[in-house]
Amino acid sequence: MHEMSLAENVLQMIEEAAQAQHFSRVHTVWLEIGQLACVEPQSLRFYFDIVTQDSIARNAKLEIIDKAGQGWCNACRHLTRISSRHDACENCGSYGLQITDGDSMRISELEVE
Amino acid sequence: MCTTCGCSTHKARIFGVSDTPHHRAQTRLHYRSIPPQTVQEPQAVTLSATHAPGMNAKRILRIERDILTQNDAQARQNRDYFSKHHILVLNLLSSPGSGKTTLLVNTIRKLRERLPMAVIEGDQQTDRDAKRIRATGVPVIQINTGKGCHLDAHMVNRAMQQLPLQDGGLLFIENVGNLVCPASFDLGETHKVVLLSVTEGEDKPLKYPDMFHVAHLLLLNKCDLLPYVDFDMDQAVQYAYRIHPGLPVISLSATLGEGMATWLDWIETAHQGVAGKQVPDTSPAVLQLD
Ligand SMILES: Nc1nc2c(ncn2[C@@H]2O[C@H](COP(=O)(O)OP(=O)(O)OP(=O)(O)O)[C@@H](O)[C@H]2O)c(=O)[nH]1
Ligand SMILES: [Mg+2]
Ligand SMILES: [Zn+2]
Ligand SMILES: [Zn+2]
Ligand SMILES: [Zn+2]
Repeated sequence: MHEMSLAENVLQMIEEAAQAQHFSRVHTVWLEIGQLACVEPQSLRFYFDIVTQDSIARNAKLEIIDKAGQGWCNACRHLTRISSRHDACENCGSYGLQITDGDSMRISELEVE
Repeated sequence: MCTTCGCSTHKARIFGVSDTPHHRAQTRLHYRSIPPQTVQEPQAVTLSATHAPGMNAKRILRIERDILTQNDAQARQNRDYFSKHHILVLNLLSSPGSGKTTLLVNTIRKLRERLPMAVIEGDQQTDRDAKRIRATGVPVIQINTGKGCHLDAHMVNRAMQQLPLQDGGLLFIENVGNLVCPASFDLGETHKVVLLSVTEGEDKPLKYPDMFHVAHLLLLNKCDLLPYVDFDMDQAVQYAYRIHPGLPVISLSATLGEGMATWLDWIETAHQGVAGKQVPDTSPAVLQLD
């Protein structure tokens, strides 16, 4: 049910943008979702369709852009790609990387009219 | 789900009274469509137009806002309030049944002579945990999240307004039993304390890394059961370190009291940290020009 409240947040932000920037229809929503973010994209799609039913984003296309995870290794001082928080550094095998990218979820763009 | 609009969050109830969070009330959660407006010059950066410019042309708006922006903003307000009033706030997180309420009850018994305390209880249903806390004599608010699987900063804000919170005191927030998404919701707490009981297996940090990543303290509970279960304490700590190097760990038994003294010391230190902290002036500086 967690994705339901995230979908509600997305709609609320769209409606705020609609007031500030004067549009009345949303055709496409681009969401950028980090691989390490705590969200299930399939489930978010499902709830997005439900919560936008009677809104300006009704039938809007939801485009989800995957963002790869990235961490900083303090041991070898390299940036390394990771697909989960417990991955080891690709370069030297150390654990305990500092996450530098891919842990957030954001609305990046809207196609509106 | 809410019969008015199909949303889940409306189901959040504080002591059985339906909670209509004000952020929702203000911002039309009920999905009324926004009436068409006379289109003005778009104020936003228009990156590209798919049609010729003119009335009602499709356009692309760059937004770039985090989905948790609203929660984080409310959490910041909560945190400002707590720090201004020197209140230590501990957010207790674990899967269902790890011993959060048991630990709270026994901690309160030990500390109640020394510190003013209050508790916010989060569960999907029932006020059973609030009753257990109330039996200790400490003020408590129960939040029922309905189908919701975590507390958010707005729920905490509503609950804290109904609690007697004393300056220099201690507020415990028992989150909904769930090792997954409460990790993503900042409540404005001072510290997140994660419980893992030895009956759950030592691999939980690997399976639920987000929770261990955000933790400030890990409590390994139900240590009295170690002789009866196959739980490798060192391995559990090693796994936790993979996700969060240097995470402080205390092993204890909330029922029998072993390790409780170390936990109480940790609270004491955290409490001093809050009490001694200079409150930064967050109001924007105003330059007087004439
Ligand atoms: N043996 C043993 N049992 C414990 C300990 N701590 C808690 N328990 C038992 O574990 C069960 C669940 O404890 P609770 O305190 O209700 O757990 P909780 O985390 O608050 O559970 P939820 O609020 O439902 O998520 C109860 O039967 C407790 O008596 C402990 O240290 N040792
Ligand atoms: Mg409980
Ligand atoms: Zn949740
Ligand atoms: Zn490395
Ligand atoms: Zn509703």
